[in-house]
Amino acid sequence: MANSFAVSNAQHGEISILMLDGFLDAHTAPDFEEAIQKEVNAGRTKVVVNCEKLTYISSAGLGVFMTFIEEIREAGGDIKICGVIPKVMQVFEILGFHSLFDIVGDVPQAAAKFAEGAEGG
Amino acid sequence: MVSSFEKKFVLHLPSSTENLALIRDFVSKIGAQAGLEQGQVSMIELAVDEACANVIEHAYGSDQTKEVIVRARLNEDTIEIQVEDTGKGFDPGTIEQKELTKLIAERRSGGLGMRMMQMVMDEVQYSIKPGERNELRMIKRLKRS
Repeated sequence: MANSFAVSNAQHGEISILMLDGFLDAHTAPDFEEAIQKEVNAGRTKVVVNCEKLTYISSAGLGVFMTFIEEIREAGGDIKICGVIPKVMQVFEILGFHSLFDIVGDVPQAAAKFAEGAEGG
Repeated sequence: MVSSFEKKFVLHLPSSTENLALIRDFVSKIGAQAGLEQGQVSMIELAVDEACANVIEHAYGSDQTKEVIVRARLNEDTIEIQVEDTGKGFDPGTIEQKELTKLIAERRSGGLGMRMMQMVMDEVQYSIKPGERNELRMIKRLKRS
């Protein structure tokens, strides 16, 4: 079905990995918002959003990233995005997300970005 | 004058975000039937999704008893999409197009859909008569695969 969406969560040390699967639009964005809110509420602010199974995103989905990123960065964390398929990357690029977020190939690379940040102080 | 090749399609559906998938399928099928490039179809789908999401959430305030109408007119050179509602409407001139960094600083994400439509379509025009009939008309010049 062309509007199914799921978000699952895995914890790797202090990094939370949110795996998005399916179609992220105005109907499903509240599920993603709730998942990030849970991480923030629990004080887990190093978040990797794995998009390898995300097949569609509209501005409602992008808006979730935008709503939380400032709060998460102020708390010393970040949202790293990985595994983005070309069709979804095109949407990120239309709004200039590639210059505002770290977008990398896969989860290990995203985790490495957090490690770099920690080393850099 | 009517083009030598013109097809018209129309979709009426209840105002619910649940139906955004149906709306995207409608656009996708028309694009495929017309032999458009997949990348271009995806962008038109996105613009129509944004337009309808705005109607459902803002013009109708998620009132599912209301109806959204999507019309598509396809000819040799363009696809024209018209999204109609009878909701509260708005003045497009008052929607500020702020820098993304400013929106982020304010923890806001408003106006992104409109920005997206303007980025991916060649023309975007509004005709607003609140409570009577609001129309959003978008045109994309076509590339065929």
